[in-house]
Formats: sequence, C-alpha cells, structure tokens
Amino acid sequence: MAILTVRNLAVGYDRRSVLENIDFEISAGDYFCIVGENGSGKTTLMKTILGLISPVSGMIEYGDNLERKQIGYLPQQTDAQRDFPASVYEIVLSGCQNGLGNRFFYSSKQKALALKQIDKMGLTNLKNRCYRELSGGQQQRVLLARALCATSRVLLLDEPVSGLDPQMTEEMYQLIHGLNEEGLTIIMISHDLDNVKKYANKIYGVPSEGSNQEGGMQVC
Amino acid sequence: MLEKLTMYLAFPFVRYALIVGVLIALCSSLLGVTLVLKRYSYIGDGLSHVAFGALAIASVLNLTNKMIIILPVTVLSAILLLKNGTNTKVKGDAAIAMISVGALAFGYLLMNIFPTSSNVSGDVCTTLFGSTSILTLTKEEVWISGVLSVVVVFIFIFLYNRIFAVTFDTNFANAVGTNVDFYNLLIATITAVIIVLAMNLVGSLLISALVIFPALSAMSVLKSFRAVTFFSAVVSVVCAFLGIIISILAGTPVGSTIVAVDVVLFAVCHVIGKIRG
Repeated sequence: MAILTVRNLAVGYDRRSVLENIDFEISAGDYFCIVGENGSGKTTLMKTILGLISPVSGMIEYGDNLERKQIGYLPQQTDAQRDFPASVYEIVLSGCQNGLGNRFFYSSKQKALALKQIDKMGLTNLKNRCYRELSGGQQQRVLLARALCATSRVLLLDEPVSGLDPQMTEEMYQLIHGLNEEGLTIIMISHDLDNVKKYANKIYGVPSEGSNQEGGMQVC
Repeated sequence: MLEKLTMYLAFPFVRYALIVGVLIALCSSLLGVTLVLKRYSYIGDGLSHVAFGALAIASVLNLTNKMIIILPVTVLSAILLLKNGTNTKVKGDAAIAMISVGALAFGYLLMNIFPTSSNVSGDVCTTLFGSTSILTLTKEEVWISGVLSVVVVFIFIFLYNRIFAVTFDTNFANAVGTNVDFYNLLIATITAVIIVLAMNLVGSLLISALVIFPALSAMSVLKSFRAVTFFSAVVSVVCAFLGIIISILAGTPVGSTIVAVDVVLFAVCHVIGKIRG
C-alpha cells in the first residue's frame, strides 16, 4: 500500500511554481530517490512533502495511517548550527519533540529512546561532546539519530552526503542502507546519481532546464 | 566603604534599583542566548530605538502613561522583525538597521520640534543612557518588573525544550509538527517587553549589551545549551549586582557601569575559552 501519493503536483514559492507535473507513489519499505541538478527545485519539493510550504497546485496524500509529523527529517545544515553550543545528547533528544504532546518535559522513555539512537549511530562516547567540535560525518550522524527519534517509519534525507569526504560518504550510504533493510522507508534527495543507483529501488528524476535530462519515474 | 554602602541601602530607591536591575538582567540574559544563536543580536538595539521613538511620540502627545504607546509599538516591531527573518526582500539585519536608525532619528526630530522641557538634549541623553531613571523607580514599577520577570522565567523553564528545538533547527521543528510560528511570536513578544522594561535600567542604547554579553561569555566557555543558558543567567545577575554597587560607591552612571562589568567578564571568559581550546 502506498504511504505517500503525489498527483499532478506543482511546487514553488509565492504561487509561482518551480517544478510542475510531479507524479509518484512511495510504498512502505521503498528506497526512493529524488535526483536532479542543483537549483532544479528538489529541496522545494521536499519542503512541500513535509508541509513546510504549501503546494502551488495538485495533491499529496498520506496513506496507511501515516501522519506528516511522523516523518523523520534530515535537513541540510545551516550556518547557525555549525557553532551552536549544544551537546550531542541535547540535539538527539530534541528529535522526540513530536511526542511531547501537551507535556513540557521529556519522559524517561523518550530519554531512553534518544540514548538508544545515539548508540545505534555509534556516538555513545561522544554523547556529551559539543556539536560544533565534531567532524562533518559525526554531525550528520547526530542529525540522523535525531531524525530516528522522530520516526519509526519514514526518513526524509536532504543531500545527506553533501560536504563529506569519500570515505564518510560511503559510511553514510551504508548506514542509510542498513536502516532501509530494517524496514524504514527512505526518501532521499541527491545529485549523486551514480551512488544512488546502487541502493535505491525507485528513482524520480527532476527535469532541469538547459539539459536534455528526462524527468519522471524510473524503477531499478 | 561598607558604611557608605549600608547608608545607601537604607534608601528604598536604592533597594528598588538593585531588585529591578537584577531581575531585568536575569530575563534579558535568558532570551539573549536564543537571540544570539538565531543571529538576532542586534534586535535589542533596533527595538530599543523603536521604543525611544515611541517614547518621543508619547511625550509629544503628553500622555501620563507612556507605556500605552511604547509597549504595543515595540511588540509589533519585534513581531515584524522576527517573523519575516530571511524570507523577505529586506534581509533580517538590514531590516533591523533600517528600523533602528529610522526610529532613532524620528524620535529625536519629534523631541526637537515639540520640546516638552527646556533641556531637550538632557532628556535625550537620559532616555538613551538611562542615567537617572533607575533611581526614580516607584514601588508599582518594582512590582510590575517583579511579576513580569517571574512570568518570563516560568515561560522559559516550561518551554525550555521547545525553545531549544526551535532555536537549533526551525525547519526540523516545523516538519515534526511543532508550532514554530507560535514560539517565534512568543520569543518576539517577550523580547519587546523586556526591552521596554530594560529602558528604565540602562537606557535604550545599552540594552543590546545586556542581551548579548552574558550569552557570549557563556558560549565561549561552555558546551551544552543547558549549561550556557544557566551560566549566562548567573553571569548577568552577578554583573548587574556588581555594576549597581560599584556605581553607587564610585558615583558612576548605572547603565554604563553594568555594561562595563559585563564587558570585563566577557574578556575573562573569552581568554579562558581560548586557553582551554
């Protein structure tokens, strides 16, 4: 059953669309990649799926009892985060915020979940370290652990390997692959088509102006 | 020295100044951490100038309760500045600079065209640098500051987890269903209220210092958000207390003395941070 269906969608800002006629369907357990050049509107599409901006036209439907806030999101890093004074544990724990409900503080169950995800990402000995002192790859793993606190079903990753060296890139792909094997649905944005082809089972190519690249679905 | 201090502390207005000074320092430092990290260090400066402009309008209109104009105008500006952020044609820092300088010039212009007293430049100096206003606080003003500070501290404690989430990563918080707009609005409103209150203490020019110095001091030595928040509150309270005591003993202006103590402490923290690497 499809957990996310996109029909005839146009995305953009201020009612001006940057990307139109988007159609795809994502099923549970998929490794779905959205591939396209920089500036082709990939991030805009992802933000629309997350509900951060509203669609220009068309529709996005969540199936199989999936709620939008149950999607774990790994955004691209912002400048402000690079020198942010926060410990690894504090950041990962903030992934539990969608489970806070009307409460003010995190429960011991949520704290245990955060520690579990830290362990899973191999960050246990960095738990109390400051985020800004970590390497790029370690920072990505922290944000991945945070996303895992927010979801047990769907992960949305925006260029998860940008700025990483080849070895860390490979590690990151292995981590994501492992999560997919465990049953998590992966939706990933990338411009690295060669690597993506190895892991993804569905690829959606974003058409871009100037090049002859065809848009549309491709099943691997 | 101690005698002189006990003598001064016998005056109620000195005690009021100490209480209000410490409370405002506490509130502004709590918010300061969030504002500095959100890249809004200058919002204190901008809003204080807006408050100055609003004060000029209130004086010209000869209102007895000037807060009726100052508070809504400042809150509105804060909301506009923080809400739009980086998504508008005029970027965040430029918008702050524009409103700040514009309001300052407009306020000074009004005060000159419609002078309310014979000593306009003296009035302006008092409002900008808060040279005497903290020593003329009434009992009611002390109560208002007290109640508002308690409210701010409670809001901060109970919403701490959400404030952290929204400060660290707005997009993530928004994606997982946190009402980011509401928390930004709340932060903007509290900022405006504290700045209007702090005008009495250090004057509008020096408010930025109260907002940014304790936060920056804490950030240069500490590594977790909780520790930074806690330490910056302590630093701010200690500096405000010392600053007021020194200004009493040495006869220096209150606002600038507090800020001078803040600057010295920042320098110390910065050096410690550099040595520890």
